[in-house]
Amino acid sequence: MNFFFRKELLVGLSAVVLGLAAGAILMAVTGNNPFAGYFYLFAGGLMNLERLGNTLAMATPLILTGLSVAFAFRTGLFNIGAAGQALMGGLVATTLALTLGLPKGLILPIILVAAAAAGALWAWLPGLLKARFNVHEVVSTIMMNWIAYWVTYYTIPTFFKGSFETESRLIPEAASLKIPLLTQLFSGSYINLGLLVSLLAVVVISVVLNRTVLGYRLKAVGYNRFAAEYAGVNVNRHIVASMAIAGALAGLAGATFYVGYTSSMQIGVLPSIGLDGIAVALLASNSPLGVMGSAIFFGILQSGKGFMNAMTKIPPEIGDTIIATIIYFAATSVLIERWFDTMAKNRGGKNRV
Amino acid sequence: MFDIILHIFPYAIAFTIPLLVTSLGGLYSERSGVVNIGLEGLMIVGSFASAAATVALYPVLGPNAVWFGLLAAVVAGALFSLLHAFASINLNANQVISGTAINMIAGALTVYIARTLTGSGNIQIKQGVPRVDIPFLSDIPVVGPLLFQKTYATTWIVLGLWLLLWFVLYKTPFGLRLRACGEHPHAADSAGVNVQAIRYAAVVISGALAGLGGATILLTYSGEFNGQVAGLGFLALAALIFGQWKPLGILGACFFFGFAATLANASQAEPALKVIPDVILKVFPYAVTLIALVLLSKKSQAPRAAGEPFEAGKR
Amino acid sequence: MQPVVEMLNIRKEFPGIVANDDVSITLNRGEVLALLGENGAGKSTLMSVLFGLYQPEQGTIRVNGKEVRIPNPNVAGDLGIGMVHQHFKLVHNFSVTENIVLGLEPSRGPILTLKEASARILALSKQYGLDVEPDAKIEDISVGMQQRVEILKMLYRHSEVLIFDEPTAVLTPQEIQELVKIMKNLQAEGKSIILITHKLKEIKAIADRCTVIRRGKVVGTVAVADTSLEQMAEMMVGRQVSFHVEKGPFRPGQVVLNIEGLSVRNSRKLPALKSFSLEVRSGEIVGVAGVEGNGQTELVEALTGLRPSDSGRIVVDGHDLTKASVRQRIDAKIAHIPEDRQKRGLVLDYTLAENFVLENHGRPPYSRNGFLNKEAITAQAEKLIEAFDVRSGEGARSKARGLSGGNQQKAIVGREIDSNPDLLIAVQPTRGLDVGSIEYIHKRLVEQRDAGKAVLLVSLELDEILDLSDRIAVVCRGELVGIVDAKTTNENQIGLMMAGVKTGALD
Repeated sequence: MNFFFRKELLVGLSAVVLGLAAGAILMAVTGNNPFAGYFYLFAGGLMNLERLGNTLAMATPLILTGLSVAFAFRTGLFNIGAAGQALMGGLVATTLALTLGLPKGLILPIILVAAAAAGALWAWLPGLLKARFNVHEVVSTIMMNWIAYWVTYYTIPTFFKGSFETESRLIPEAASLKIPLLTQLFSGSYINLGLLVSLLAVVVISVVLNRTVLGYRLKAVGYNRFAAEYAGVNVNRHIVASMAIAGALAGLAGATFYVGYTSSMQIGVLPSIGLDGIAVALLASNSPLGVMGSAIFFGILQSGKGFMNAMTKIPPEIGDTIIATIIYFAATSVLIERWFDTMAKNRGGKNRV
Repeated sequence: MFDIILHIFPYAIAFTIPLLVTSLGGLYSERSGVVNIGLEGLMIVGSFASAAATVALYPVLGPNAVWFGLLAAVVAGALFSLLHAFASINLNANQVISGTAINMIAGALTVYIARTLTGSGNIQIKQGVPRVDIPFLSDIPVVGPLLFQKTYATTWIVLGLWLLLWFVLYKTPFGLRLRACGEHPHAADSAGVNVQAIRYAAVVISGALAGLGGATILLTYSGEFNGQVAGLGFLALAALIFGQWKPLGILGACFFFGFAATLANASQAEPALKVIPDVILKVFPYAVTLIALVLLSKKSQAPRAAGEPFEAGKR
Repeated sequence: MQPVVEMLNIRKEFPGIVANDDVSITLNRGEVLALLGENGAGKSTLMSVLFGLYQPEQGTIRVNGKEVRIPNPNVAGDLGIGMVHQHFKLVHNFSVTENIVLGLEPSRGPILTLKEASARILALSKQYGLDVEPDAKIEDISVGMQQRVEILKMLYRHSEVLIFDEPTAVLTPQEIQELVKIMKNLQAEGKSIILITHKLKEIKAIADRCTVIRRGKVVGTVAVADTSLEQMAEMMVGRQVSFHVEKGPFRPGQVVLNIEGLSVRNSRKLPALKSFSLEVRSGEIVGVAGVEGNGQTELVEALTGLRPSDSGRIVVDGHDLTKASVRQRIDAKIAHIPEDRQKRGLVLDYTLAENFVLENHGRPPYSRNGFLNKEAITAQAEKLIEAFDVRSGEGARSKARGLSGGNQQKAIVGREIDSNPDLLIAVQPTRGLDVGSIEYIHKRLVEQRDAGKAVLLVSLELDEILDLSDRIAVVCRGELVGIVDAKTTNENQIGLMMAGVKTGALD
């Protein structure tokens, strides 16, 4: 177990280092000072309580989408649909926030449960299609993303139009996940209760995957559905369950983003937390604890890039570029992995009979 | 009624053509065994390259700069796709992840560079691809005005490419080998075919074609680069699947999707079309692809080895 | 006789293993040389080196006396060396012609010209007696014809040296006879053949000389006509091989499994098993013999719940389990050693411990209230590893993927036996294993029978069936041909029955 943990950590760290190096080269090539750039980038994310709060607030939905993707991966499925599931979760959350006039203590749990359910439903269909018809979930979840995109695109302006054509009304303060205690603690940042939700999710998912019968079965189905079938596990039901759980997590992410971090919904954009969730999961080698770490790292990048842009004129897109490059290196880290595997085989190879 | 068709037809074509050329790129890649969901990112790269090149060369070449814009897009898409090719073919990385990384890098990197060049993340072009009337053919009654008047040059380029790509895939040794690599790379390998080289070529072709697709959008109806192609790359993927990995099927699927998407936009101008809610029309291509996937699941014609890394020597 | 191919002092390594250690073989012109060795001995690796798929770390290859280097199959082809693979390398939706010309396509300018190629292929097929349909798609033709296409691929490339890798594994007895004829034809036309196999009887039927390889080294080369099966087996394994297992007295008890008129369709919706009936009692081993693809797979899948049946009944210990789920059958004390250990029997990415509780993880003591009890699971694993001699790099924590085939199979056998079943279904339990593991597993199966369990043994290895079974049921084309007493029957009779000739009494 120890050795396993080490290899994954090294692979993740090397991808980060390579990504940051690529970012530095990009900055240099376009006439900027990488050292200044990174200084302000990290300072922008960590410098004071307010910035730290924003970092955590940005990390919150990323933890959840990261968990969503990581959980799906561990059970053998590719959840490219986290963006659409988050969008639907956000849509349901915003709808409830704008229509239910309940006090915070009542409305927040309702919103969270409903958002999770919406996300679960959105992922349930691709899960069903995969289980019964062997439709590849990569394709079906991508389709669901764009269906969610257009559903939101037409629903918000029709029912909840805000001051702009492309935005919804602002949600009432009572319906937001932000609470005065946290906001004051972090000097007026965007931090919200979503953070607690996401940390709780990390613990729950970790336990489910490693210690429960359900987790054992879901992973078995993911690794080898034929063996799972042979062992008496209902494969179809478990594939659907995997996707539904992943969808629920992404739905929660949508809630924390749209009624936590922000207070209105924008149309015409697929939330970047979807794709970024894939990056988070990959970097974390699909471990729940790792997801927490890599989400916070990405949170720093996302929340610091504005400050960096203000101080150095480096375009904020550098943040996304670095994240994307990290995934590329994480995907191609197979070389490093192979090296570790060969070392392991040579050690254990002598015992092979 | 005919007026409506006449009115929306050019828009439908303009929407369909970039979709078609990108989908053909996806066809070549997947038929060789490499899944390429990075088509969206490659289109963005093409859009960016054509915008930058056109704007840069406009002072020197005037309206003819657009041809260099198209060329720049093809080259940029081809080069950018090498990232995916290297990861998928040499490093046997997971092709879906690599493709996702391509999309993300393209989206961020192009806007970054655009900002560095122009200050904002957008690049606008002054003049796009010219619209021409085809001599003789545009004078045919009914069909003439519909199909041959005020057409974009890129439409004919892409249709010509479709013919060429169909021919190469089915009538040449290269095409035979490419298809073998996608169905059974070990068979190709033991027959002496260089699977890696063919897959590289296929991925580069897909990059070039997707780049052309992005450029076509920019230089025909969009006019502005803004870091996005609104999911058209994924729609091209849907068309590829819906068309069951065959050029003719893709042609049909793209026209189908193109008209559906355009109807949604056109309903704003044509009250007659308001019968169907916009959201249904926009969602239609994706929903219909899902249904097709279910119906075709038993007899899917997906290339058997698509997505599996090829490891020489693994028996 | 002039040697046409010489491989001298070849050394081929993979990470952690030396597959070929200083191996030298010689193939003379016009002869059939058999390469005999157990699974994993290194014969396929050696031939892959000859065919250009692998590069040796050391050693030389000479073709027609001249030293050569073979970096890829193309060069091998140019030198006249061709290979018919065990798992055919044919593109399923290409035609026969397209498959044969792939890599050497005839063309005029950039355009493929397949019609001329088809004509040439027809001519070749007539010359060598290899009947094929040039325009048929591979997925539509028989396995025998597919193999002929593989042979034609070589002849189209003017191969003079033909390597056959375990060619009879997928053939019916008649197709094997045709193959022998084809090989003699090829020999008569001046071709030289290398036959990779572990089947002693086929070597006797076809080969002139035989080189025996054991654990990556050459043991010796013999003239087939002068050597007995026992001598070749001893060379292959390194010690005297007993072909028989000691069995206790035959004392069958109650009927445990009763199959009545079972009909099952396969994945293509065609009838695979037709009105099959059979009884298995406690304390006996019933063997099911037949050529691959005659309904055995569907029979086992229906019995274990992995496939629904159309009609008929399956009764175990008096309970009708025809429509029961897999879970219910496991609970009804049916154990299953599956045909494909890596596909069905194990989750390769799980540890040994996790694999040992594959079926019973949901029950105490291995879990309680939905939570796994890791201590109990580990204890169980250690007990089974000890009891069934499962060797692995890191004990219970090793990933199943890292175990050898023999140890993987022992783990599965151990798991199934430990569940104390009433009915044990063993399918191809020794496929791909070394002789040591085979002997071990045979012993354990007989132990179960002696202890009063009912054992249903389904196998493609006739020797295994004859040695272990008390009674033998033969299937052909999905139908029960007959049931015979193992003590009074012989290979000939069973072979005839496998081909569909009814000579046995139906119980």
